[in-house]
Amino acid sequence: MNAPVESIATYNFAYLDEQTKRMIRRAILKAIAIPGYQVPFASREMPMPYGWGTGGVQVTASIIGPDDVLKVIDQGADDTTNAVSIRAFFQKVANVAVTTQTPKATIIQTRHRIPEHPLAEGQTLVYQVPIPEPLRFLEPRETETRLMHALEEYGLMHVKLYEDIATNGHIATTYAYPVKVKGRYVMDPSPTPKFDNPKMHMSPALQLFGAGREKRIYAVPPYTDVISLDFEDHPFEVQAFDKPCALCGAENVYLDEVVLDDRGGRMFVCSDTDFCERRREAGHGGEMGAPVEGEIG
Amino acid sequence: MSITEDDIPLLRVSSLSKSYGARVGCQDVSFELWPGEVLAVVGESGSGKTTLLNCLSTRLMPTSGTVSYRMRDGDWRDLYRMSEAERRFLMRTDWGFVHQNPADGLRMTVSAGANVGERLMAVGDRHYGRIRETATDWLGRVEIAEDRVDDEPRAFSGGMRQRLQIARNLVTAPRLVFMDEPTGGLDVSVQARLLDLLRGLVTDLGLAAIVVTHDLAVARLLSHRIMVMKEGHVVEAGLTDRVLDDPHAPYTQLLVSSILQV
Repeated sequence: MNAPVESIATYNFAYLDEQTKRMIRRAILKAIAIPGYQVPFASREMPMPYGWGTGGVQVTASIIGPDDVLKVIDQGADDTTNAVSIRAFFQKVANVAVTTQTPKATIIQTRHRIPEHPLAEGQTLVYQVPIPEPLRFLEPRETETRLMHALEEYGLMHVKLYEDIATNGHIATTYAYPVKVKGRYVMDPSPTPKFDNPKMHMSPALQLFGAGREKRIYAVPPYTDVISLDFEDHPFEVQAFDKPCALCGAENVYLDEVVLDDRGGRMFVCSDTDFCERRREAGHGGEMGAPVEGEIG
Repeated sequence: MSITEDDIPLLRVSSLSKSYGARVGCQDVSFELWPGEVLAVVGESGSGKTTLLNCLSTRLMPTSGTVSYRMRDGDWRDLYRMSEAERRFLMRTDWGFVHQNPADGLRMTVSAGANVGERLMAVGDRHYGRIRETATDWLGRVEIAEDRVDDEPRAFSGGMRQRLQIARNLVTAPRLVFMDEPTGGLDVSVQARLLDLLRGLVTDLGLAAIVVTHDLAVARLLSHRIMVMKEGHVVEAGLTDRVLDDPHAPYTQLLVSSILQV
Protein backbone atom coordinates (compact mmCIF):
# COMPACT_ATOMS: atom_id res chain seq x y z
CA MET A 1 0.00 0.00 0.00
CA ASN A 2 2.86 2.35 0.72
CA ALA A 3 4.69 1.72 -2.54
CA PRO A 4 5.87 4.87 -4.28
CA VAL A 5 3.55 6.35 -6.87
CA GLU A 6 5.83 5.41 -9.80
CA SER A 7 5.33 1.68 -9.21
CA ILE A 8 1.64 1.89 -10.06
CA ALA A 9 2.15 4.05 -13.10
CA THR A 10 0.98 1.21 -15.28
CA TYR A 11 -2.51 1.38 -13.79
CA ASN A 12 -5.12 3.22 -15.81
CA PHE A 13 -6.45 6.51 -14.39
CA ALA A 14 -8.75 5.72 -11.45
CA TYR A 15 -7.78 2.03 -11.44
CA LEU A 16 -10.51 0.65 -13.76
CA ASP A 17 -9.79 0.17 -17.47
CA GLU A 18 -11.68 2.39 -19.90
CA GLN A 19 -13.97 -0.37 -21.20
CA THR A 20 -15.11 -1.17 -17.67
CA LYS A 21 -15.73 2.50 -16.93
CA ARG A 22 -17.74 2.75 -20.13
CA MET A 23 -19.87 -0.20 -19.10
CA ILE A 24 -20.47 1.27 -15.64
CA ARG A 25 -21.26 4.72 -17.06
CA ARG A 26 -23.89 3.18 -19.32
CA ALA A 27 -25.45 1.54 -16.28
CA ILE A 28 -25.35 4.87 -14.44
CA LEU A 29 -27.01 6.70 -17.35
CA LYS A 30 -29.75 4.10 -17.47
CA ALA A 31 -30.20 4.38 -13.71
CA ILE A 32 -30.54 8.16 -13.94
CA ALA A 33 -33.07 7.79 -16.76
CA ILE A 34 -35.24 5.48 -14.62
CA PRO A 35 -35.02 6.91 -11.08
CA GLY A 36 -34.98 4.23 -8.41
CA TYR A 37 -34.68 1.31 -10.82
CA GLN A 38 -31.89 -1.16 -10.05
CA VAL A 39 -29.70 -1.57 -13.14
CA PRO A 40 -27.61 -4.76 -13.24
CA PHE A 41 -23.96 -4.26 -14.11
CA ALA A 42 -20.88 -6.46 -14.42
CA SER A 43 -19.31 -5.64 -11.08
CA ARG A 44 -15.52 -6.07 -10.99
CA GLU A 45 -13.17 -7.40 -8.39
CA MET A 46 -11.72 -4.44 -6.54
CA PRO A 47 -8.61 -4.42 -4.37
CA MET A 48 -10.73 -4.50 -1.20
CA PRO A 49 -13.19 -6.98 0.26
CA TYR A 50 -16.90 -6.99 -0.53
CA GLY A 51 -18.70 -5.01 2.12
CA TRP A 52 -16.03 -2.30 2.13
CA GLY A 53 -17.71 -0.29 -0.57
CA THR A 54 -16.66 -1.99 -3.81
CA GLY A 55 -19.86 -0.79 -5.50
CA GLY A 56 -19.37 2.82 -4.46
CA VAL A 57 -15.69 2.71 -5.43
CA GLN A 58 -16.53 1.44 -8.93
CA VAL A 59 -19.12 4.18 -9.42
CA THR A 60 -16.69 6.84 -8.19
CA ALA A 61 -13.88 5.46 -10.37
CA SER A 62 -16.14 5.66 -13.42
CA ILE A 63 -17.25 9.25 -12.93
CA ILE A 64 -14.15 10.86 -11.44
CA GLY A 65 -11.98 13.18 -13.55
CA PRO A 66 -8.61 14.85 -12.86
CA ASP A 67 -10.32 18.10 -11.83
CA ASP A 68 -12.68 16.54 -9.29
CA VAL A 69 -12.36 17.07 -5.57
CA LEU A 70 -13.20 13.97 -3.56
CA LYS A 71 -14.58 13.60 -0.06
CA VAL A 72 -15.11 10.19 1.52
CA ILE A 73 -17.13 9.62 4.67
CA ASP A 74 -17.88 6.56 6.74
CA GLN A 75 -20.87 6.96 9.08
CA GLY A 76 -20.42 10.71 8.70
CA ALA A 77 -16.75 10.68 9.72
CA ASP A 78 -13.82 11.54 7.46
CA ASP A 79 -11.23 9.86 9.65
CA THR A 80 -12.36 6.24 10.05
CA THR A 81 -10.67 3.26 8.38
CA ASN A 82 -13.04 2.86 5.45
CA ALA A 83 -13.02 6.55 4.58
CA VAL A 84 -9.25 6.93 4.99
CA SER A 85 -8.39 3.92 2.83
CA ILE A 86 -10.81 4.77 0.00
CA ARG A 87 -9.58 8.37 -0.01
CA ALA A 88 -5.96 7.16 -0.11
CA PHE A 89 -6.86 4.74 -2.90
CA PHE A 90 -8.15 7.49 -5.17
CA GLN A 91 -5.28 9.82 -4.30
CA LYS A 92 -2.94 7.07 -5.42
CA VAL A 93 -4.68 5.77 -8.55
CA ALA A 94 -6.25 9.02 -9.80
CA ASN A 95 -4.07 11.62 -8.15
CA VAL A 96 -7.14 13.78 -7.48
CA ALA A 97 -7.53 16.50 -4.89
CA VAL A 98 -9.25 15.41 -1.70
CA THR A 99 -11.02 17.37 0.97
CA THR A 100 -13.03 16.85 4.11
CA GLN A 101 -15.17 19.93 3.55
CA THR A 102 -18.58 19.21 2.08
CA PRO A 103 -19.02 22.46 0.11
CA LYS A 104 -15.61 22.08 -1.59
CA ALA A 105 -16.15 18.51 -2.81
CA THR A 106 -17.51 17.66 -6.25
CA ILE A 107 -17.86 13.95 -5.52
CA ILE A 108 -18.71 12.65 -2.06
CA GLN A 109 -18.55 8.92 -1.53
CA THR A 110 -20.50 7.95 1.54
CA ARG A 111 -21.16 4.97 3.69
CA HIS A 112 -24.52 5.52 5.37
CA ARG A 113 -24.79 9.29 5.91
CA ILE A 114 -25.73 12.38 3.96
CA PRO A 115 -23.60 15.37 5.08
CA GLU A 116 -25.36 17.92 7.30
CA HIS A 117 -24.18 20.82 5.12
CA PRO A 118 -26.79 21.15 2.32
CA LEU A 119 -25.59 19.78 -1.00
CA ALA A 120 -25.54 22.00 -4.08
CA GLU A 121 -26.03 21.61 -7.80
CA GLY A 122 -23.07 20.02 -9.50
CA GLN A 123 -22.22 17.79 -6.55
CA THR A 124 -22.54 14.01 -6.76
CA LEU A 125 -23.20 11.80 -3.78
CA VAL A 126 -22.07 8.17 -4.24
CA TYR A 127 -23.55 5.66 -1.78
CA GLN A 128 -22.00 2.31 -0.90
CA VAL A 129 -24.88 -0.15 -0.83
CA PRO A 130 -24.78 -3.59 0.77
CA ILE A 131 -28.24 -4.88 -0.22
CA PRO A 132 -30.02 -2.88 -2.92
CA GLU A 133 -33.33 -4.77 -2.87
CA PRO A 134 -35.80 -3.24 -0.39
CA LEU A 135 -38.08 -6.28 -0.63
CA ARG A 136 -35.30 -8.82 -0.09
CA PHE A 137 -36.00 -9.81 3.52
CA LEU A 138 -39.71 -10.20 2.78
CA GLU A 139 -39.39 -11.99 -0.54
CA PRO A 140 -36.17 -13.96 -1.03
CA ARG A 141 -36.74 -14.81 -4.73
CA GLU A 142 -35.01 -12.39 -7.09
CA THR A 143 -37.33 -13.40 -9.96
CA GLU A 144 -40.32 -12.50 -7.83
CA THR A 145 -38.98 -9.16 -6.54
CA ARG A 146 -38.13 -8.08 -10.10
CA LEU A 147 -41.68 -8.89 -11.15
CA MET A 148 -43.04 -6.99 -8.17
CA HIS A 149 -41.04 -3.91 -9.17
CA ALA A 150 -42.13 -4.28 -12.78
CA LEU A 151 -45.81 -4.51 -11.85
CA GLU A 152 -45.54 -1.94 -9.05
CA GLU A 153 -46.76 -4.42 -6.44
CA TYR A 154 -45.51 -2.79 -3.29
CA GLY A 155 -48.11 -3.93 -0.75
CA LEU A 156 -45.48 -6.15 0.82
CA MET A 157 -43.35 -3.16 1.82
CA HIS A 158 -46.21 -1.96 3.99
CA VAL A 159 -46.46 -5.43 5.53
CA LYS A 160 -43.02 -4.79 6.98
CA LEU A 161 -44.08 -1.41 8.39
CA TYR A 162 -47.28 -3.02 9.73
CA GLU A 163 -45.16 -5.60 11.54
CA ASP A 164 -43.09 -2.82 13.06
CA ILE A 165 -46.13 -1.10 14.50
CA ALA A 166 -47.70 -4.38 15.64
CA THR A 167 -44.51 -5.32 17.49
CA ASN A 168 -43.28 -1.95 18.77
CA GLY A 169 -46.25 0.39 18.66
CA HIS A 170 -44.52 2.63 16.13
CA ILE A 171 -42.53 2.24 12.91
CA ALA A 172 -39.27 1.03 14.41
CA THR A 173 -37.29 0.91 11.18
CA THR A 174 -34.57 3.49 11.76
CA TYR A 175 -32.26 2.87 8.84
CA ALA A 176 -32.67 1.58 5.27
CA TYR A 177 -36.14 3.09 5.51
CA PRO A 178 -37.93 2.40 2.20
CA VAL A 179 -38.72 5.34 -0.08
CA LYS A 180 -40.72 5.76 -3.25
CA VAL A 181 -38.83 7.58 -5.99
CA LYS A 182 -40.70 9.83 -8.41
CA GLY A 183 -43.96 8.06 -7.60
CA ARG A 184 -42.84 4.80 -9.17
CA TYR A 185 -40.01 2.63 -7.82
CA VAL A 186 -39.63 1.68 -4.18
CA MET A 187 -35.97 2.00 -3.29
CA ASP A 188 -33.68 1.14 -0.41
CA PRO A 189 -31.74 4.32 0.41
CA SER A 190 -28.84 2.08 1.59
CA PRO A 191 -28.49 1.82 5.36
CA THR A 192 -28.57 5.57 5.95
CA PRO A 193 -30.48 6.55 9.10
CA LYS A 194 -34.04 7.57 8.27
CA PHE A 195 -33.00 10.97 9.63
CA ASP A 196 -31.39 11.56 6.22
CA ASN A 197 -34.40 10.48 4.13
CA PRO A 198 -35.90 14.01 3.86
CA LYS A 199 -32.54 15.27 2.52
CA MET A 200 -32.89 12.98 -0.49
CA HIS A 201 -36.18 14.59 -1.49
CA MET A 202 -35.70 17.26 -4.19
CA SER A 203 -31.95 17.31 -3.56
CA PRO A 204 -30.03 19.54 -5.99
CA ALA A 205 -27.19 16.99 -6.04
CA LEU A 206 -27.07 13.83 -8.14
CA GLN A 207 -27.30 10.68 -5.99
CA LEU A 208 -25.75 7.44 -7.26
CA PHE A 209 -25.95 4.08 -5.50
CA GLY A 210 -23.49 1.24 -6.15
CA ALA A 211 -23.81 -2.31 -4.81
CA GLY A 212 -20.68 -4.27 -5.77
CA ARG A 213 -21.48 -7.70 -4.43
CA GLU A 214 -25.09 -7.57 -5.61
CA LYS A 215 -24.04 -6.05 -8.96
CA ARG A 216 -26.64 -3.28 -9.05
CA ILE A 217 -26.52 0.47 -9.67
CA TYR A 218 -29.41 2.85 -9.09
CA ALA A 219 -29.79 6.60 -8.97
CA VAL A 220 -31.85 9.59 -7.91
CA PRO A 221 -31.40 12.51 -10.34
CA PRO A 222 -31.36 16.07 -8.97
CA TYR A 223 -34.72 17.53 -7.97
CA THR A 224 -36.59 14.23 -7.80
CA ASP A 225 -39.41 13.31 -5.43
CA VAL A 226 -38.24 10.88 -2.75
CA ILE A 227 -41.09 10.03 -0.39
CA SER A 228 -40.72 7.81 2.68
CA LEU A 229 -43.45 5.17 2.94
CA ASP A 230 -45.80 5.31 5.91
CA PHE A 231 -49.38 4.82 7.14
CA GLU A 232 -52.01 7.54 7.31
CA ASP A 233 -52.33 7.08 11.06
CA HIS A 234 -48.59 6.47 11.61
CA PRO A 235 -46.86 9.12 9.48
CA PHE A 236 -43.13 9.07 8.74
CA GLU A 237 -41.00 10.98 11.21
CA VAL A 238 -37.27 11.31 11.78
CA GLN A 239 -35.35 10.65 14.97
CA ALA A 240 -35.26 13.47 17.51
CA PHE A 241 -32.48 14.00 20.04
CA ASP A 242 -32.94 15.34 23.57
CA LYS A 243 -29.70 17.27 23.70
CA PRO A 244 -27.60 19.22 21.21
CA CYS A 245 -24.12 18.04 20.16
CA ALA A 246 -21.81 17.98 23.21
CA LEU A 247 -18.93 19.50 21.26
CA CYS A 248 -20.47 22.12 18.99
CA GLY A 249 -23.96 22.57 20.38
CA ALA A 250 -25.65 21.89 17.03
CA GLU A 251 -29.35 21.01 17.10
CA ASN A 252 -31.42 19.10 14.54
CA VAL A 253 -28.41 17.11 13.40
CA TYR A 254 -27.76 13.36 13.63
CA LEU A 255 -25.80 12.46 16.75
CA ASP A 256 -23.56 9.52 17.63
CA GLU A 257 -23.34 8.15 21.14
CA VAL A 258 -19.79 7.93 22.49
CA VAL A 259 -19.19 5.88 25.61
CA LEU A 260 -16.66 7.68 27.83
CA ASP A 261 -15.97 5.29 30.69
CA ASP A 262 -17.28 2.11 32.31
CA ARG A 263 -19.44 3.98 34.83
CA GLY A 264 -22.17 4.99 32.43
CA GLY A 265 -20.52 8.19 31.18
CA ARG A 266 -21.43 9.05 27.61
CA MET A 267 -21.69 11.94 25.24
CA PHE A 268 -23.64 12.66 22.09
CA VAL A 269 -21.71 14.27 19.26
CA CYS A 270 -22.34 15.13 15.62
CA SER A 271 -21.97 12.09 13.39
CA ASP A 272 -20.78 14.46 10.63
CA THR A 273 -17.27 15.24 11.95
CA ASP A 274 -16.48 17.90 9.36
CA PHE A 275 -19.72 19.78 10.13
CA CYS A 276 -18.88 19.68 13.85
CA GLU A 277 -15.32 20.96 13.35
CA ARG A 278 -16.41 23.86 11.12
CA ARG A 279 -18.94 24.91 13.70
CA ARG A 280 -16.36 24.92 16.47
CA GLU A 281 -14.02 26.96 14.27
CA ALA A 282 -16.88 29.38 13.77
CA GLY A 283 -17.13 29.90 17.51
CA HIS A 284 -19.83 27.45 18.59
CA GLY A 285 -19.36 25.26 21.63
CA GLY A 286 -21.21 22.55 23.50
CA GLU A 287 -21.29 21.38 27.11
CA MET A 288 -18.12 19.28 26.70
CA GLY A 289 -16.26 21.20 24.04
CA ALA A 290 -15.21 24.81 23.66
CA PRO A 291 -14.88 26.69 20.38
CA VAL A 292 -11.43 26.36 18.82
CA GLU A 293 -9.06 28.79 17.24
CA GLY A 294 -7.80 28.05 13.71
CA GLU A 295 -8.32 24.94 11.64
CA ILE A 296 -8.66 21.51 13.19
CA GLY A 297 -8.69 19.16 10.23
CA MET B 1 -88.79 -13.67 -14.52
CA SER B 2 -85.89 -11.46 -15.44
CA ILE B 3 -82.35 -12.71 -15.71
CA THR B 4 -80.35 -11.76 -12.62
CA GLU B 5 -76.62 -11.81 -11.98
CA ASP B 6 -76.84 -15.28 -10.52
CA ASP B 7 -78.30 -16.77 -13.70
CA ILE B 8 -75.13 -16.02 -15.64
CA PRO B 9 -72.11 -18.24 -15.14
CA LEU B 10 -69.00 -16.82 -13.48
CA LEU B 11 -66.49 -19.05 -15.21
CA ARG B 12 -66.66 -20.79 -18.59
CA VAL B 13 -64.17 -23.53 -19.36
CA SER B 14 -64.09 -25.02 -22.83
CA SER B 15 -61.98 -27.96 -24.01
CA LEU B 16 -59.13 -27.26 -21.68
CA SER B 17 -56.13 -29.55 -22.14
CA LYS B 18 -52.71 -29.60 -20.62
CA SER B 19 -50.02 -32.05 -21.59
CA TYR B 20 -46.53 -32.39 -20.24
CA GLY B 21 -44.76 -33.43 -23.43
CA ALA B 22 -46.23 -36.78 -24.36
CA ARG B 23 -47.94 -37.18 -20.99
CA VAL B 24 -51.47 -35.98 -20.45
CA GLY B 25 -52.20 -33.71 -17.51
CA CYS B 26 -55.85 -33.12 -18.25
CA GLN B 27 -57.72 -33.55 -21.51
CA ASP B 28 -60.69 -31.75 -23.02
CA VAL B 29 -62.32 -30.46 -19.84
CA SER B 30 -65.38 -28.21 -20.26
CA PHE B 31 -67.78 -26.87 -17.66
CA GLU B 32 -69.42 -23.74 -16.34
CA LEU B 33 -69.43 -22.46 -12.80
CA TRP B 34 -72.19 -20.26 -11.44
CA PRO B 35 -71.91 -17.64 -8.69
CA GLY B 36 -72.24 -19.16 -5.25
CA GLU B 37 -71.70 -22.67 -6.53
CA VAL B 38 -69.19 -25.11 -5.08
CA LEU B 39 -67.72 -27.61 -7.50
CA ALA B 40 -65.68 -30.54 -6.24
CA VAL B 41 -63.11 -32.20 -8.46
CA VAL B 42 -62.42 -35.73 -7.23
CA GLY B 43 -60.28 -38.59 -8.43
CA GLU B 44 -57.27 -40.62 -7.41
CA SER B 45 -53.85 -39.03 -7.25
CA GLY B 46 -52.36 -38.54 -10.69
CA SER B 47 -55.77 -38.11 -12.29
CA GLY B 48 -55.09 -34.50 -13.31
CA LYS B 49 -57.10 -32.70 -10.60
CA THR B 50 -54.32 -30.39 -9.53
CA THR B 51 -53.19 -29.74 -13.11
CA LEU B 52 -56.75 -28.67 -13.88
CA LEU B 53 -56.90 -26.42 -10.82
CA ASN B 54 -53.55 -24.82 -11.64
CA CYS B 55 -54.66 -24.17 -15.22
CA LEU B 56 -57.94 -22.61 -14.08
CA SER B 57 -56.19 -20.37 -11.58
CA THR B 58 -53.64 -19.31 -14.25
CA ARG B 59 -50.78 -20.74 -12.26
CA LEU B 60 -50.13 -22.99 -15.27
CA MET B 61 -50.60 -22.26 -18.96
CA PRO B 62 -52.80 -24.89 -20.66
CA THR B 63 -51.76 -26.49 -23.95
CA SER B 64 -55.11 -25.66 -25.54
CA GLY B 65 -58.60 -24.50 -24.68
CA THR B 66 -59.97 -21.33 -23.12
CA VAL B 67 -61.19 -20.16 -19.74
CA SER B 68 -63.30 -17.00 -19.56
CA TYR B 69 -64.18 -15.21 -16.38
CA ARG B 70 -66.94 -12.69 -15.82
CA MET B 71 -65.33 -9.66 -14.17
CA ARG B 72 -67.12 -7.53 -11.60
CA ASP B 73 -68.12 -5.05 -14.29
CA GLY B 74 -69.84 -7.83 -16.26
CA ASP B 75 -67.15 -8.10 -18.95
CA TRP B 76 -66.08 -11.55 -20.06
CA ARG B 77 -62.32 -11.89 -20.17
CA ASP B 78 -60.21 -14.72 -21.55
CA LEU B 79 -57.85 -15.49 -18.67
CA TYR B 80 -54.91 -16.42 -20.85
CA ARG B 81 -55.13 -13.25 -22.90
CA MET B 82 -55.00 -10.96 -19.89
CA SER B 83 -51.72 -9.23 -19.06
CA GLU B 84 -49.71 -10.61 -16.19
CA ALA B 85 -50.41 -7.47 -14.16
CA GLU B 86 -54.19 -7.87 -14.62
CA ARG B 87 -54.03 -11.56 -13.76
CA ARG B 88 -52.06 -10.96 -10.60
CA PHE B 89 -54.45 -8.21 -9.58
CA LEU B 90 -57.40 -10.54 -10.15
CA MET B 91 -55.72 -13.26 -8.11
CA ARG B 92 -55.27 -11.07 -5.07
CA THR B 93 -58.63 -9.31 -5.14
CA ASP B 94 -61.44 -11.26 -6.78
CA TRP B 95 -59.94 -14.71 -6.27
CA GLY B 96 -58.49 -16.77 -3.49
CA PHE B 97 -56.23 -19.79 -3.52
CA VAL B 98 -56.11 -22.11 -0.52
CA HIS B 99 -53.09 -24.40 -0.63
CA GLN B 100 -52.97 -27.86 0.87
CA ASN B 101 -49.91 -26.91 2.88
CA PRO B 102 -50.64 -23.60 4.70
CA ALA B 103 -46.92 -22.71 4.62
CA ASP B 104 -47.23 -22.31 0.83
CA GLY B 105 -50.01 -19.76 1.16
CA LEU B 106 -48.90 -17.86 4.26
CA ARG B 107 -45.94 -15.67 5.09
CA MET B 108 -44.60 -17.69 7.97
CA THR B 109 -42.34 -14.96 9.33
CA VAL B 110 -44.88 -12.16 9.70
CA SER B 111 -47.72 -11.97 12.21
CA ALA B 112 -51.22 -13.33 11.64
CA GLY B 113 -52.56 -9.77 11.45
CA ALA B 114 -50.10 -8.83 8.71
CA ASN B 115 -50.89 -12.05 6.85
CA VAL B 116 -54.55 -11.14 6.72
CA GLY B 117 -53.80 -7.46 6.08
CA GLU B 118 -51.40 -8.05 3.19
CA ARG B 119 -54.10 -8.12 0.53
CA LEU B 120 -55.62 -4.92 1.89
CA MET B 121 -52.26 -3.18 1.74
CA ALA B 122 -51.70 -4.58 -1.76
CA VAL B 123 -54.84 -2.87 -3.00
CA GLY B 124 -53.82 0.42 -1.43
CA ASP B 125 -55.18 0.54 2.14
CA ARG B 126 -52.79 2.77 4.08
CA HIS B 127 -54.53 3.11 7.43
CA TYR B 128 -52.93 0.91 10.08
CA GLY B 129 -55.84 1.09 12.51
CA ARG B 130 -58.42 0.01 9.92
CA ILE B 131 -56.24 -2.78 8.54
CA ARG B 132 -55.72 -4.17 12.00
CA GLU B 133 -59.38 -3.94 12.85
CA THR B 134 -60.36 -5.82 9.69
CA ALA B 135 -57.68 -8.45 10.36
CA THR B 136 -58.86 -8.97 13.92
CA ASP B 137 -62.45 -9.25 12.74
CA TRP B 138 -61.48 -11.91 10.21
CA LEU B 139 -59.50 -13.89 12.77
CA GLY B 140 -62.68 -14.00 14.82
CA ARG B 141 -64.68 -15.24 11.86
CA VAL B 142 -62.30 -18.17 11.37
CA GLU B 143 -62.34 -18.89 15.11
CA ILE B 144 -58.84 -17.72 15.98
CA ALA B 145 -58.64 -15.87 19.31
CA GLU B 146 -58.13 -12.13 18.94
CA ASP B 147 -55.07 -12.10 21.17
CA ARG B 148 -53.21 -14.23 18.60
CA VAL B 149 -53.23 -11.38 16.06
CA ASP B 150 -49.56 -10.55 16.65
CA ASP B 151 -48.32 -14.15 16.71
CA GLU B 152 -46.51 -15.64 13.77
CA PRO B 153 -48.18 -18.57 11.99
CA ARG B 154 -45.19 -20.67 13.05
CA ALA B 155 -46.69 -20.65 16.53
CA PHE B 156 -50.04 -21.93 15.21
CA SER B 157 -51.27 -25.52 14.96
CA GLY B 158 -51.96 -27.03 11.54
CA GLY B 159 -55.69 -26.41 11.77
CA MET B 160 -55.21 -22.80 12.86
CA ARG B 161 -52.76 -22.19 10.03
CA GLN B 162 -55.27 -23.51 7.53
CA ARG B 163 -58.00 -21.26 8.97
CA LEU B 164 -55.61 -18.30 8.87
CA GLN B 165 -54.90 -19.04 5.23
CA ILE B 166 -58.62 -18.99 4.54
CA ALA B 167 -59.06 -15.64 6.32
CA ARG B 168 -56.12 -14.20 4.36
CA ASN B 169 -57.83 -15.18 1.12
CA LEU B 170 -61.32 -14.01 2.00
CA VAL B 171 -60.46 -10.57 3.37
CA THR B 172 -60.91 -8.84 -0.01
CA ALA B 173 -64.34 -10.48 -0.45
CA PRO B 174 -63.39 -12.58 -3.49
CA ARG B 175 -66.07 -14.13 -5.69
CA LEU B 176 -64.14 -17.29 -6.57
CA VAL B 177 -61.89 -19.42 -4.39
CA PHE B 178 -59.72 -22.31 -5.51
CA MET B 179 -58.91 -24.93 -2.91
CA ASP B 180 -56.36 -27.68 -3.29
CA GLU B 181 -57.05 -30.41 -0.73
CA PRO B 182 -57.95 -27.88 1.97
CA THR B 183 -58.31 -30.57 4.63
CA GLY B 184 -55.36 -32.74 3.64
CA GLY B 185 -52.91 -33.34 6.46
CA LEU B 186 -55.37 -32.50 9.22
CA ASP B 187 -56.72 -35.00 11.72
CA VAL B 188 -60.41 -35.91 11.48
CA SER B 189 -61.80 -33.75 14.26
CA VAL B 190 -59.93 -30.68 13.00
CA GLN B 191 -61.08 -31.58 9.48
CA ALA B 192 -64.68 -31.66 10.61
CA ARG B 193 -64.38 -28.27 12.26
CA LEU B 194 -62.69 -26.74 9.22
CA LEU B 195 -65.33 -28.16 6.87
CA ASP B 196 -68.07 -26.79 9.07
CA LEU B 197 -66.43 -23.36 9.02
CA LEU B 198 -65.85 -23.45 5.27
CA ARG B 199 -69.43 -24.45 4.61
CA GLY B 200 -70.67 -21.56 6.74
CA LEU B 201 -68.39 -19.01 5.06
CA VAL B 202 -69.19 -20.18 1.54
CA THR B 203 -72.93 -19.88 2.25
CA ASP B 204 -72.69 -16.56 4.08
CA LEU B 205 -70.50 -14.87 1.50
CA GLY B 206 -72.09 -16.49 -1.56
CA LEU B 207 -68.66 -17.67 -2.71
CA ALA B 208 -68.12 -19.78 -5.76
CA ALA B 209 -65.45 -22.39 -5.15
CA ILE B 210 -63.60 -25.12 -6.95
CA VAL B 211 -62.38 -27.70 -4.46
CA VAL B 212 -59.92 -30.37 -5.45
CA THR B 213 -60.01 -33.35 -3.13
CA HIS B 214 -59.53 -37.08 -3.07
CA ASP B 215 -61.80 -37.30 -0.06
CA LEU B 216 -65.37 -38.01 -1.12
CA ALA B 217 -66.67 -37.00 2.31
CA VAL B 218 -65.27 -33.50 1.81
CA ALA B 219 -66.96 -33.34 -1.58
CA ARG B 220 -70.25 -34.52 -0.08
CA LEU B 221 -70.20 -31.91 2.66
CA LEU B 222 -69.01 -28.90 0.72
CA SER B 223 -70.01 -29.18 -2.88
CA HIS B 224 -73.16 -28.80 -4.93
CA ARG B 225 -71.72 -30.42 -8.01
CA ILE B 226 -69.00 -32.94 -8.52
CA MET B 227 -66.64 -33.81 -11.34
CA VAL B 228 -64.90 -37.20 -11.32
CA MET B 229 -61.56 -37.37 -13.10
CA LYS B 230 -59.49 -40.33 -14.23
CA GLU B 231 -56.31 -40.22 -16.27
CA GLY B 232 -56.87 -36.61 -17.22
CA HIS B 233 -60.46 -37.07 -18.43
CA VAL B 234 -63.72 -36.17 -16.76
CA VAL B 235 -65.52 -39.51 -16.48
CA GLU B 236 -68.65 -38.27 -14.75
CA ALA B 237 -70.14 -34.97 -13.63
CA GLY B 238 -73.39 -34.07 -11.92
CA LEU B 239 -75.04 -33.04 -8.68
CA THR B 240 -73.01 -34.29 -5.75
CA ASP B 241 -75.75 -36.39 -4.17
CA ARG B 242 -76.70 -37.96 -7.48
CA VAL B 243 -73.11 -38.89 -8.35
CA LEU B 244 -72.31 -40.28 -4.94
CA ASP B 245 -75.63 -42.12 -4.39
CA ASP B 246 -76.12 -43.35 -7.93
CA PRO B 247 -72.78 -43.43 -9.72
CA HIS B 248 -73.08 -44.23 -13.42
CA ALA B 249 -69.51 -44.57 -14.64
CA PRO B 250 -67.75 -47.79 -13.63
CA TYR B 251 -64.83 -45.83 -12.25
CA THR B 252 -67.09 -43.70 -10.04
CA GLN B 253 -68.79 -46.86 -8.79
CA LEU B 254 -65.37 -48.22 -7.89
CA LEU B 255 -64.40 -44.97 -6.18
CA VAL B 256 -67.61 -44.78 -4.14
CA SER B 257 -67.41 -48.41 -3.12
CA SER B 258 -63.83 -48.04 -1.92
CA ILE B 259 -64.79 -45.65 0.90
CA LEU B 260 -63.93 -47.32 4.16
CA GLN B 261 -66.91 -47.91 6.41
CA VAL B 262 -66.31 -47.56 10.11
